[in-house]
Amino acid sequence: MRIETRRLLNRAFSSLGLISIGLMALVLVVILTPIIAKGSGAFVFRSTVEHRKLMFDHWNRGNPERVKQDEAKAAVARAPVYQMLSDFKAELESMPRAERSRYKKPLRAVETALGRLLGPNPGSRTPVLMRQQYGATRWDRTQAKLDNLLYSEEWDYSNPDALGVKVLRPRVEDFRTTKLEPLFGYVKANIKPMMRPRWTFYWQFLFDTSKDSHIFGGIGPEVLGTIYLTLGAMLFAVPMGVIAAIYLCEYSREGRVISFLRICISTLAGVPSIVFGLFGLAFFLNTIHVSNSKSVLAGSLTLALLILPTVIRSSEEAILAVPRAYKEAALSLGAGRWYTIMTVILPAALPGILTGTVISMGRAAGETAPIIFTAAVSVGRPLLPIEALSQPTPALPWNIYNLCTEHEAVDEIRHVQYGMVFTLVALVLLLNVFAIVMRARISKKLRG
Amino acid sequence: MSEAIQMKRVSRFTGTEEEDFGSRSAHVKTENFSVFYGAFEAVKKVTCEFPEGLVTAMIGPSGCGKSTLLRAINRMNDLIPSCRPSGKMIFQGEDIYCKNIDAVSLRMRVGMVFQKPNVFPKSIYDNIAYGPRLQGIKSRSQLDDLVESSLKQAAIWDEVKDRLSTNALGMSGGQQQRLCLARALAVKPEILLMDEPTSALDPKATTKIEDLIGQLRGQYTIIIVTHNMQQAARVSDLTAFMYEGTLVEFGATRQIFTKPRERQTEDYITGRFG
Repeated sequence: MRIETRRLLNRAFSSLGLISIGLMALVLVVILTPIIAKGSGAFVFRSTVEHRKLMFDHWNRGNPERVKQDEAKAAVARAPVYQMLSDFKAELESMPRAERSRYKKPLRAVETALGRLLGPNPGSRTPVLMRQQYGATRWDRTQAKLDNLLYSEEWDYSNPDALGVKVLRPRVEDFRTTKLEPLFGYVKANIKPMMRPRWTFYWQFLFDTSKDSHIFGGIGPEVLGTIYLTLGAMLFAVPMGVIAAIYLCEYSREGRVISFLRICISTLAGVPSIVFGLFGLAFFLNTIHVSNSKSVLAGSLTLALLILPTVIRSSEEAILAVPRAYKEAALSLGAGRWYTIMTVILPAALPGILTGTVISMGRAAGETAPIIFTAAVSVGRPLLPIEALSQPTPALPWNIYNLCTEHEAVDEIRHVQYGMVFTLVALVLLLNVFAIVMRARISKKLRG
Repeated sequence: MSEAIQMKRVSRFTGTEEEDFGSRSAHVKTENFSVFYGAFEAVKKVTCEFPEGLVTAMIGPSGCGKSTLLRAINRMNDLIPSCRPSGKMIFQGEDIYCKNIDAVSLRMRVGMVFQKPNVFPKSIYDNIAYGPRLQGIKSRSQLDDLVESSLKQAAIWDEVKDRLSTNALGMSGGQQQRLCLARALAVKPEILLMDEPTSALDPKATTKIEDLIGQLRGQYTIIIVTHNMQQAARVSDLTAFMYEGTLVEFGATRQIFTKPRERQTEDYITGRFG
């Protein structure tokens, strides 16, 4: 080949490689940026006085004096609103009946919107649902709820050939010339003193239980559940996988049965995870009854099956990569097969086994389908380790899915969804970093 | 160095030459010993005796079966699934390929040093103590003594005594090979097999290993495979020349290198082929 051609080929190939790496980096950035940007919103945000009240009421956090002061100041700013409301109600009484009924519906809408923004009216009965007991706890939600108070959504169907168009109509128009008219302007102008936003680092998000199905509180049970499931899966998969790999590499004699087994293991790695989930339900729960309901135990076993092929494969490769010279040296000194494996082969293969283990750990942490039928529930409390044997648990991957598909107030819990995604990604990332560090340390020790 | 031992007697090995080690009894002997790799016969019906306390060199071109024969003595070929021996390999009156012979305990008595230094990725101390620990020696002082004496025997004690706990992989190739020798000696074997022990080493390290072989001569029966004919001439009392699986000639080293009986041997040692 001519030298120019060779050079051209080399250049073309290296630039191709560069482009693909660049693309990969770009994709990573595109994926991770919103996760980090929005996910951090669950931890760091501007909280309102309602949030502080909630924290004090349910977790006993914060200085009671200061919470009281906070509330009092907000109440002062809010007082004119309630004053205007009651003035308007008095005005209503004096109106003729026909006019009164004209205001009935818009007034109820205003009261609802106001309740969502500021919480229940002072003096009214405490609502049953917790989500109605507090106003907007986050400043970003405050903005949305303020808009909801100021404008009513209407749909314009005037053009019969097109889809309806959403029109925002100021509610103030419903109450022109009444005593309620200044309320809208007042709320808009005084929203800050009414809500008192303040930057907060809500790190307890990681540990708190959720209240009123994730509308308030944190993701503690989910994080704990994920950790239980992952550790449980490792507990079953790693010993079984490593022992299987040792058998395949060191004890088995190549033959039809063994190559068939290898094909089975590879196939198992390609089975869709939902099939594992169904198998887990059918076998662990319905056939051998490891527990009466879904449980962490059943989920762990199912996840263990899912990652077993990966663990076997990576361990096998790590064991095969151990130089034959080590084995020969041990045997020539009179070591038996078992002793050789325990003292020479496994220690040398450990970095590789560890890498495979942690990669599959990341997979186990993130898998949703296998736990749907075997372990996961939408809402729950943090479990004790002993309860994991018989109780189901919420878990991050399942709850991410659940919150965006089945939650009745999706808009209220966007930050929780992102926070969960962020936590899950961070958890997997942490595991990987841990693996890399461990691997480096062990390799260094081996290299001397 | 072996001049004094090379006395003039009737050889039991060749029957005709005057140089002889006949007073020595055979430590290991083979009778019609063959090794097959699948259908391929790598060692063909070899019959010979390796006398006790002497150094025997095995020479021959690549692929002649000398390494296979060497590894058959401590059954290292068992690791190769397709490998099948036939005939007899007698060590102290017993055929080591008998069903009731345990390869593991055989290997404790027949040590081996390999072509490439294969120290474990452990500390120098743990490398040496590996064999003794296997034999159940647990007491620290006993292990310490063994480590020291083995390292001294391998003439490496002075170089490593201050860093016994460092990783053995940090040593030079020559040091590693001597460590391997010390590790083999720590098991207190009767026979020491060496499979081209210096082929991966520089001349200086090679000299050290050769000197060591000279010092160990008499205490152990040493069988060494080598590609280096000068080395065979320098270190061995007896030399076996193998070609294509057959033992062509086996006799006193001086005789082989000065008056080879076979044409093939002469061609090989004079460098006409091989």
